[in-house]
Amino acid sequence: MSGVRILVGTRKGAFILTADGKRKDWKVDGPHFGGWEIYHLNGSPAEPDRLYASQSSGWFGQIIQRSDNGGQSWNPVGNDFAYDGDVGEHLWYDGTPRPWEFKRIWHLEPSRNDPDTVYAGAEDAALYRSTDGGQKWQELTGLRTHATGPQWQPGAGGMCLHTIITDPVDPNRIFVAISAAGVFRTDDGGTSWSPINKGLRSAQIPDQDAEVGHCVHRLAMHPSRPNVLFMQKHWDVMRTDDAGDSWREISGDLPTDFGFPIAVHAHEPDTVYVVPITSDSEHYVPEGRLRVYRSRSGGDQWEPLTAGLPQANCYVNVLRDAMAVDTLDECGIYFGTTGGQVYASSDSGDSWAPIVRDLPAVLSVEAQVLP
Amino acid sequence: MIRVVLPPHLRNLARISGEVQVAVTGTVTLRAVLDVVEDRYPMLQGTIRDRSTGQRRAFLRFFACEEDLSNQPPDAPLPDRVTTGEEPLLVVGAMAGG
Repeated sequence: MSGVRILVGTRKGAFILTADGKRKDWKVDGPHFGGWEIYHLNGSPAEPDRLYASQSSGWFGQIIQRSDNGGQSWNPVGNDFAYDGDVGEHLWYDGTPRPWEFKRIWHLEPSRNDPDTVYAGAEDAALYRSTDGGQKWQELTGLRTHATGPQWQPGAGGMCLHTIITDPVDPNRIFVAISAAGVFRTDDGGTSWSPINKGLRSAQIPDQDAEVGHCVHRLAMHPSRPNVLFMQKHWDVMRTDDAGDSWREISGDLPTDFGFPIAVHAHEPDTVYVVPITSDSEHYVPEGRLRVYRSRSGGDQWEPLTAGLPQANCYVNVLRDAMAVDTLDECGIYFGTTGGQVYASSDSGDSWAPIVRDLPAVLSVEAQVLP
Repeated sequence: MIRVVLPPHLRNLARISGEVQVAVTGTVTLRAVLDVVEDRYPMLQGTIRDRSTGQRRAFLRFFACEEDLSNQPPDAPLPDRVTTGEEPLLVVGAMAGG
């Protein structure tokens, strides 16, 4: 029977959760890299035992770790993330110019077909690529040096490139999202980039429908429909059907459209999941109730999923990289909270159970299906 | 031999226990010692000194012989007792964070 492996990054280490295809009995392994912030772990779709981890600390900076055996052992690889050429300036919180300064890697996105090729999204925002399993990193400078770069400004979490989606059909197309610049797309393998934020409206910036400046929290794509992207923005849940050329709001009847993660069902491209959060100033679920909302119509109509989730006195958040789906026949959904719980559903979200309850605050969750 | 004591996280990263002992040719300075340490343990590159600037990372300190050497020039000679191996050079994580 197939099994699943859940890769969990937390404020104080990495954890690997495994189960067979029934997803009832779980083994919790960790912490790996105890005491370090693990912003993200991710596995290669082409070789699931090839894992990459972003390990960082305010004291010691950025480390990238690689495992070639599914997380049983790890080795540090390259950590030289240099801004290539003229570093340039972006806007600081107070509106003054400030030079780009590397802080950490938020997200690692392995290639769909080459285990040695992996992309890394940085704070301050930049995109890197390694083609040798993480030993050397090359910046794709066309993004950071885009003409709008001097207008980019950090969100509260920093000016981070947090989402990287490679197109499953067109190898030259990549989508990235940056807080708080917006979404960008390349159609030439990363040489040149275009902002694709038409249709976004953000009350937090002076020109609400500006070309850049939107605090996009997360993007999600179903691989069968690479032109359809779903977005959780700072406020608003959005959708594009033309690869980002235009966006429309699909918040519909959500109780609040502020939130961080968004995910698409593995087998139903119009089934989408979000976790509404009270507001931009109250980063916890509304009314003390942890509810995942599911739309089976590609947005606009949403239903709360509550079975097995705490419905009183719960005040956690779910961060942008902390929700994932597996590809088993009955799609599994997973998310981790700032309270250290990792919840799983093995029935498309109809019911939930905690895998583990008391980890450090969860920063990221990824799901792998194993043979 | 020069004795260097690294903080626990960096010992784990480099997979070492106890002190590191290194031989330095020429004048024994912070830069010379750390260059040898990083050469032997490349995974420590960037964790003590910033990759691009070569500056000490903000939350690390260098102590020896009950003195704070963190802000001395990287090419200044280290105390004689460090040079002779009588006292270790301590790389210390500053008290910060949680």
